[in-house]
Amino acid sequence: MANFENQSHAAHAEAGHALDTKAIWRTFWILLVITCLELIVGMFIAPRFPHHVKIWFNILYIIFTGAKAFYIIAEFMHLRHEIKNMIMTIAIPALLFVWFIAAFLWEGNSFKNLRNTLDPHKREGQQYIPPPAEPNGEEHLK
Amino acid sequence: MAEVAVINQRWWSGGKSPFNLEYGKLMMWYFLMSDAFTFGAFLISYGSIRFATNAWPDPNHVFASFPLMGAHHLPLLFVSLMTFILIMSSVTMVLAVGAGHAHDRAGVIKWMFWTILGGLAFLSCQAWEWTHLYSEGAWWGRNPFPNYDGTKATTNFTNFFFTITGFHGFHVFSGVIINIVMLCMAWNGTFERKGHYLMIEKAGLYWHFVDLVWVFVFTCFYLF
Repeated sequence: MANFENQSHAAHAEAGHALDTKAIWRTFWILLVITCLELIVGMFIAPRFPHHVKIWFNILYIIFTGAKAFYIIAEFMHLRHEIKNMIMTIAIPALLFVWFIAAFLWEGNSFKNLRNTLDPHKREGQQYIPPPAEPNGEEHLK
Repeated sequence: MAEVAVINQRWWSGGKSPFNLEYGKLMMWYFLMSDAFTFGAFLISYGSIRFATNAWPDPNHVFASFPLMGAHHLPLLFVSLMTFILIMSSVTMVLAVGAGHAHDRAGVIKWMFWTILGGLAFLSCQAWEWTHLYSEGAWWGRNPFPNYDGTKATTNFTNFFFTITGFHGFHVFSGVIINIVMLCMAWNGTFERKGHYLMIEKAGLYWHFVDLVWVFVFTCFYLF
């Protein structure tokens, strides 16, 4: 085993894995800029729009998140610089997430629609409308 | 293309790792895959419950506080500081790995120290956030925050929030412990004697994974 480790490490050194400090800082700036963009959109832009268009902002956040995930995995975790076999052994199983997310969100949405249609008395949110404007003012919650 | 085929044959013809990666690093990748599916299960169940619910609290109202800033309405500012700390500690971790490649023991010690400090800073921020939310009445099974449309929310929001950020925080905590062990080993010269700093790389993979999960937690809880 130790022999194997040394061999593999030697191969690493040969392949020129010298650290590219410039690439690291570039990745850092990309991540920081994307995070700042997310915050600006989340804090200042999205609240100005009515709630039913929020889906478009969510799609934007998903794109930003995917970009950040890509840069962390590819550069910080160094996956982009490994050989193709290695990239595929991680990337192909990770594709299962696409199905997981689609299937479970679809399921949740269908559950909501069925309950709203078939059992209107159980709708959460209509069942518990709070009393309007309390006199001692718990304003900070609003 | 023919060249690629020849190389592929060589990779799989035995005698060496077809992934051109040291055994421990490969196994760390597979462990992280399994951990990704654990976090994925948490976040996807959160998503499906949220899709099955008519209304949900607005994160801009829930996460609006900053330490020592009192009642100022500063939505998302504190969590962006936490995100910045974690990204920064990821950078120092890469620099520690780079120093390990160069067999620069002092560099490894320096950057591991900063990484640990970043991890502790993140955990402190999370402790403050949890304490603050607890003081506002939020905990497992208790949710004082109304939905965005003013209706009363279920406790799903707080249950998922504390479970998932807690699970992530526990990962950060174990990452800090692992990094402290790595720092001690680097300090003692263990890696010098071994002749390589591969352990730092494995700890680094774990640490970046923690950062990666935070990217998703951040989006799911604070932006959506």
